[in-house]
Amino acid sequence: MSQTKFFQNSVFIQETASIVGPKEADGPISGYFDRKLEDDLLGQKTYELAESKLHALTIRLLLNKAKLNEKDIDLCIGGDLTDEIYCSNFAMRDFDIPFLGMYSACATFGATLISAALYIYSGQMNKVVCSTTSHFSSAERQYRFPLEFGNQRTPLAQWTVTGCGASLLNNKEGHIKLESATIGKIVDFGVSDVNNMGAAMAPAAMKTILSHLEETSRDADYYDLIATGDLGDGGLQLLKEIAKDEGIRFDKTNCTDCGILIFNREAQKVGQGGSGAGCSSAVFNGYIYNKMIERQYRNVLLVPTGALISKTSSLQGQTIPGIAHAISFERI
Amino acid sequence: MNEPNKEYLKLIKEKMPKTKHFSTIVRAFIIGGLICCIGEALNDIYGLIFKTLSEDEIKSIVTITIILITAILTSFGIYDKIGNFGGAGSIIPITGFANAVVSPAIEHKKEGIILGLCSNMFKIAGPIIVVGITSSICVGIFVLFFKGAF
Amino acid sequence: MVLTYLQVFITGGIICVLGQILINLTKLTPARILVMFLLIGVLLEAIGVYKYITKFGGAGASVPITGFGAALAKGAIDGTISDGLLGSVSGGLEAVAVGISAVIFFAFVSGILASSKTK
Repeated sequence: MSQTKFFQNSVFIQETASIVGPKEADGPISGYFDRKLEDDLLGQKTYELAESKLHALTIRLLLNKAKLNEKDIDLCIGGDLTDEIYCSNFAMRDFDIPFLGMYSACATFGATLISAALYIYSGQMNKVVCSTTSHFSSAERQYRFPLEFGNQRTPLAQWTVTGCGASLLNNKEGHIKLESATIGKIVDFGVSDVNNMGAAMAPAAMKTILSHLEETSRDADYYDLIATGDLGDGGLQLLKEIAKDEGIRFDKTNCTDCGILIFNREAQKVGQGGSGAGCSSAVFNGYIYNKMIERQYRNVLLVPTGALISKTSSLQGQTIPGIAHAISFERI
Repeated sequence: MNEPNKEYLKLIKEKMPKTKHFSTIVRAFIIGGLICCIGEALNDIYGLIFKTLSEDEIKSIVTITIILITAILTSFGIYDKIGNFGGAGSIIPITGFANAVVSPAIEHKKEGIILGLCSNMFKIAGPIIVVGITSSICVGIFVLFFKGAF
Repeated sequence: MVLTYLQVFITGGIICVLGQILINLTKLTPARILVMFLLIGVLLEAIGVYKYITKFGGAGASVPITGFGAALAKGAIDGTISDGLLGSVSGGLEAVAVGISAVIFFAFVSGILASSKTK
C-alpha cells in the first residue's frame, strides 16, 4: 500500500498567517512573520491560556487576511502539545467553525495539512484551516522543570518555539499547490534520552523521505528545499548520515530544518535549535510560504517531525518513537 | 519491531555534540565553592553578632538565611540563571534543594493554593525527604542493635 | 582566615565537581543526583568519616546536600544513644527540622507572592 497520496490539481493554499513570541522575533527570519508578540503571556493568567489566545489570534488573523467569515470555513484542524491538546480546544471556543483536534507531537502540522488536503480532494469540503501552536513556557513546565528551577541545559536540548502558524487550504486555483503527501509510520530506533529528541526523530524523517522519493520516483534534488520540522542541528546531521546509507543524496538540494531557521542558535543559546508543534507551522506559514510566493523556491518538501514521548512513557523508561509526515508543495 | 538499532545509537554518540566537560566542571567548582564560602561567612558574621548563642543555634540561623536568600533569588528568576551557569555547583548545595522546593511552588500556584502550590511543592525534592528520613531511621536502628560498639 | 575560606571553597567545590562529573557522564537528573549525594552523606556520617570532612571544610562540607545527609544520620545516632528506639525514629528529622521547616515556609510565601516568568 502506498504511503503517498496525490492530490492532482485540487488543493491549494489560499492564505497563511503566523504569529511568534519575543525570542523568535529576535531570530533571523523575524521579518517573515505577520505579527510578533511583545508579551508572551498575552495578558492571560496562565501560559496555557496564553497559548490558546495565540492560537485563536492566528486563526482570526488568517480569516481577516483571507477576507472570509467563520461561515465560509468548512473545518478547522489543529493541535498543540499541552495536555489533551488543551490550547487548541480552548482556542476554538471563540469560533463558530467545526473542529477536529489532532495530535502527532511536533509533526501535528503535517498531519493537519494531509487530512485537510484529503478532505478537499474528496470533494466533501472547500475551505479548511490547518493550525498548530506551541509555547515555550507551557511546554517547559509540562515536559521538563519549573521555569524558576536552576537546571543546566544540555547542549543536546532544544528550545520550544512560542509561535503559531495557520494555513487556509481551498479547492480554488491559487499560487501554491499541495501536490502530494506521504503519511509517516512510527519509527523507534531505541533512543531514550529525552534531551536528544533530534536523534529520536531523525530515523522517522529518513524513512518518510525515503518512501516519498521512492513512491514519487524522484531524486532529492527535485526539491529546491527540503525542510524538516524540528530535528535541530545534530538531528539534521544524523538524518543526512543515515540517508546516505539508503542512497538519498541531499548534497544537491537545500536541506535544512525549521528549528535551525527560526533562531540564531549560537547567539540565542537555544542548543540544537527550535522545536515544538508551532515550530514547523510558524516557519512554513511565515518564511517558506513567502519565499515560495517570491519564487525563490518552486518545489518544497516540508517534513514536520514529532517525538512521541509522554510524561508517563519517559518515566517508565520507554524509548522515544518518532514520526514524520512529508508534504510536497509546488509554486504555480 | 522495537529492537534498538545499535548502529544508529553508536552513530549518535559519534555525531552529536558532547557536553563540554572542562568548562562545566570549572563552573561547578567555582559556584559550589562560592556558595559554601557565603555559608561560612554568614557563620562568622552571626558568631560576632549573636555572642550568646551556641554553635548549633548559629548554624541553624545560617541555614535559614541561606534558604531565605535562595527563595528570594528564585522568586525573582535569578537562581535559574545561576543554575544554568553553575550546573551541579548550584544543585548540590542546600540552595539547590531550596530552589527545587520553591520553584514548583511558584510554578503551580496557577492550579490553586492547595492542589497546585502545596501539592506540587515537593514534586522534585520530595525524594530527598523520603530517602533522607528513611535512611536516617535505618542508621538509628542499626546503631540501636550495635550500641555497645559506640 | 584566608586559609579557612580556601579550605571551605575547595571542599565545597570538590563535592560539586563530583556531582557535575556524574551529570556529564550519566545524564542523571538533578533529583537523582541530590538523592545520591544525600545518601553518601548519610553513609559517611554513619561510618564516622564525615565529621573529619566537616572539620576540614567547615561550611564547605555542611552546606552541600551531603552535609544535610550527615546531619540526618548524626541526629539519628545521637537520638538512639540518648532515647533508644524512639530516638532512632525521631532523631534524624529533629536534627534537620530547622532546614525543612524554613524551606516549606519560604516556599509557601514565595509561591504566594511570586509568579513564574518566561525565559
